[in-house]
Amino acid sequence: MTPSLDSYVMLSAALFAIGFLGVLVRRNTLVIYMCLELMLVAATLALVAFSRFNGTEDGDVFVFFILTVAAAEVAVGLAIIVALFRARQTVQVESLDSLRH
Amino acid sequence: MEQIAFISLSVLTLACALGVVLSKNAVNGAMCLLLCLAGIAGLFVQLHAYLLAFVLVLVYAGAVVALFLFIIMLLDMQGGQPWRFHVPEALAGFIAAALLVTGLDLLAVRGHLGAGPAVGATVGSSLKLYAYQLFTTYLLPVQVMGFLLLIAMLGVIVISRRVGEAGAPK
Repeated sequence: MTPSLDSYVMLSAALFAIGFLGVLVRRNTLVIYMCLELMLVAATLALVAFSRFNGTEDGDVFVFFILTVAAAEVAVGLAIIVALFRARQTVQVESLDSLRH
Repeated sequence: MEQIAFISLSVLTLACALGVVLSKNAVNGAMCLLLCLAGIAGLFVQLHAYLLAFVLVLVYAGAVVALFLFIIMLLDMQGGQPWRFHVPEALAGFIAAALLVTGLDLLAVRGHLGAGPAVGATVGSSLKLYAYQLFTTYLLPVQVMGFLLLIAMLGVIVISRRVGEAGAPK
């Protein structure tokens, strides 16, 4: 008995929701960023599952590109966080409110 | 057998994802992220995407989590401000996440996704097939990705230079 596509999609949705929850409730920029990564990985899991159950490999190739973009994104994002920390001495989002109206 | 492996891997993944969200210390969060990615890699293996599982461990667990840990160490947030639980925001977050997961699961159930059996046991397992796809159908995206990585590298170098250094923007 192999797990069905349903169960993979539900797992992916649950993982995405957990990441989303983390982005909403956490205050530390680095932890928010980790939760963003979690959401990205959840999406790749859904893509791989669909690709497997559909018998094509376009989803798998797409995951390749997602991983590449994620690597670039993490590098740039963490550089921005470090620059932010240098400028403001904090990474807590509640103290980064210069753009708040 | 496969069902048991799937269930244990999903429990590991979801528990570690919750660990990322709920851990007080950012280092523990990064470690939970590492375990979560290992679980996802196991699920990829179950889906016969062996190469992707390998790349996931290499790129995410190897490079990204290491970079996260390095930045956490650099910013020295150990035992800094522990996160406080703001009740209205947490409630809104839980409701939003529950709505999201309910909607997606309803979509999955209504769409009868489970109807078709898994086909093509060898698809996704062959490196040759990937290479063929990447260098024929997806040749342009591969080149665009190369440029993207180059631009990201340049961007990181420009951002991480100290303001006021020789050649840096004032």
